[in-house]
Amino acid sequence: MLSTSPAFKENAHKAIADVGLQKALTRTKPHFQGRRAKAVEALPEFERLREIGRDIKNHTLANLDFYLETWAGNVERAGGQVHWCATADDARAAVLGICERVGAKTVTKGKSMISEELGINEHLEQHGITPVETDLGEYILQLRREPPSHIIAPAFHLNREDWEESFRRAHTDLPADRVFRERRDILTEARAKLRARFLAADVGITGANFLIAETGSSVIVTNEGNGDLTQTLPRVHIVLASIEKMVPTLEDATNMLRLLARSATGQDFSVYTTFSTGVRREGDLDGPEEYHVILLDNGRSAMLGTEFQDMLRCIRCAACMNHCPVYGVVGGHAYGWVYPGPMGAVLTPTLIGIDQAGNLPNASTFCGKCESVCPVKIPLPKMMRHWREREFERHLTPGAVRTNLALWGFVARRPGLYRLATRIGAGVLGWLGRRRGRLSRFPFAGGWTAGRDLPTPEGETFFARYASEQRGKRGRA
Amino acid sequence: MSAEASPPGRPPGRVAILGAIRRHLRRGALPEDQAAMLRARLAAHPRHLIPARSRLSRAGQVALFIANVEKEFGSVARLADARAVPGAIADYLAQQNLPSEIVMAPHPELREIPWAERPLLKLRAGRAEASDLVSLQQGFAAIAETGTLMLPAAPERPTTVNLLADTALVLLRASRIVGAYEEAWDLLRAERRDPLTGGFMPRNVMLVTGPSRSADIEQTLELGAHGPRRLHILLLDDDEAARATPESVPK
Repeated sequence: MLSTSPAFKENAHKAIADVGLQKALTRTKPHFQGRRAKAVEALPEFERLREIGRDIKNHTLANLDFYLETWAGNVERAGGQVHWCATADDARAAVLGICERVGAKTVTKGKSMISEELGINEHLEQHGITPVETDLGEYILQLRREPPSHIIAPAFHLNREDWEESFRRAHTDLPADRVFRERRDILTEARAKLRARFLAADVGITGANFLIAETGSSVIVTNEGNGDLTQTLPRVHIVLASIEKMVPTLEDATNMLRLLARSATGQDFSVYTTFSTGVRREGDLDGPEEYHVILLDNGRSAMLGTEFQDMLRCIRCAACMNHCPVYGVVGGHAYGWVYPGPMGAVLTPTLIGIDQAGNLPNASTFCGKCESVCPVKIPLPKMMRHWREREFERHLTPGAVRTNLALWGFVARRPGLYRLATRIGAGVLGWLGRRRGRLSRFPFAGGWTAGRDLPTPEGETFFARYASEQRGKRGRA
Repeated sequence: MSAEASPPGRPPGRVAILGAIRRHLRRGALPEDQAAMLRARLAAHPRHLIPARSRLSRAGQVALFIANVEKEFGSVARLADARAVPGAIADYLAQQNLPSEIVMAPHPELREIPWAERPLLKLRAGRAEASDLVSLQQGFAAIAETGTLMLPAAPERPTTVNLLADTALVLLRASRIVGAYEEAWDLLRAERRDPLTGGFMPRNVMLVTGPSRSADIEQTLELGAHGPRRLHILLLDDDEAARATPESVPK
């Protein structure tokens, strides 16, 4: 997928002006946040499960080579094949190779962010193979030729009228004057259309939420059942999975699953949690005859042993973006690549480069909400700071920002000067806002004051106040 | 056999990925004593914290299971024994205004049901097809913690029977309801042998919690996305202890 991350600022401006998107964001936020809060409240052990989840992932990452080899051995024992793909090109070639070998014409697909990362659909289309997205949200995005705007609710940015319009345009064999009385009619039409696709497909491609070393299994979690039809009906099942999806045992996976649905959709458990292990067994009446796992690295191994290693714990639940004030205003497309929100702000620079994605770790208020809801306690704000440092070191930060940072740094390293400057600043601002206590315009901060007033200081600086309180305490003691 | 993505001039994928991991972890392959510890962890597959909510009497676990199925938009009929099954199914299908043609998993437990008592039910044993409207599956086990069915694939338990029909019926014995997922994994570990791997894991294990749904259209929940729109569980009360009054009515 091509990135528009360098244009984050323009993207964000457009997103804020997009009436349909703003309507969708306003509608969605209470669902995303409220449902999670309710599910977490109903499970007193949740906090402890987060700590265990973090520890399981840390243990796995520290021994990732061992667990990958163990897992691959078990996949092969169950009749499956592992395709070790160091790069996105290798992975695209491996998928296409399998599809061409079995003479595939159409390929059904379950939801997979790795698929977006690889641009599998475009690659297959270029080679005359038709990919069909079967997750309802992904299906309409494919009809509209749009990327997902969220990692678990890919089409949340669309409103009902968008669905109706797209379905009328795409399903031209149905009466043009049909009425969609309720949302259920839209769903029913998609179900009927996709049923035929499921039955005709030669290959089914799914993602994986987890890989399990102990059994050689891949796990998918869905509510619709599309992933299960995708991997059950065609003759060939291809799993797209990146190396960090690994967990050692079923018990480890179980702990992660107790966290995943609650953090993602606020469900206690998703409708279908399915463990796939190899090929159809002797006597089985259904299931694929071939089982392939495309095991993708694509830059992830290089995060090990660095300040970004913790990011590999991510289980893609989307809680961080669901609670992010920046994502909540600009939505997912503004981030310009596959992974939006705080997790995207950390992951995207590692995968496509800080020169491409430098804007993303800057698109944060550092409120810390993302880290506080992360089911595996990834220190997202800290890692965004690391990216800002790297951006600065590599001289990718814009000149004006560098100059101002240098100026601030000069003053901040001289405490006497810093106190003097803040005292003067607080005094001047306080005097300017002496009537209303706020300013509606301020030089060089037009962007900030366009949407809100700037409150002005009332009285002394923090330092002065802290010093006088300390003196007061000592006086009492 | 492992397929290696190995474009000319570069090491095969497996070597490249494992090498990169070890390089960044600043070590070589794990020393034998550490690998042995990890193998021991896999063999012991230790449990982690299990939420207290399912730590109940047998009757309490069954009540919790039913409450959770209903919370997730499924339904449950409690039946005294297998003889009550044909009548219960006929009544349910009539109530829902559904046809009485059923595709049934070819499981001995389902075959042994005295179907002849309800000659109007038309049963076909086998895998499900897209045209099937009603299916009947055999439940291997169920988890009270979240109202979840465990359905491992087997010749007598085809996966398509879980997925293709509009209305999915599942026969479940109350004695197979456990508290937590870990206990269901233990049943699978103890009772199943896979013909291909010699391990316990079948090709496919589905954990099913309620009927299929989607909230992709304006974050509003609609049932019956690609899988069944209705999930109805026929619960056989074969567990004496589970028939007692539960200690509390779970939320």
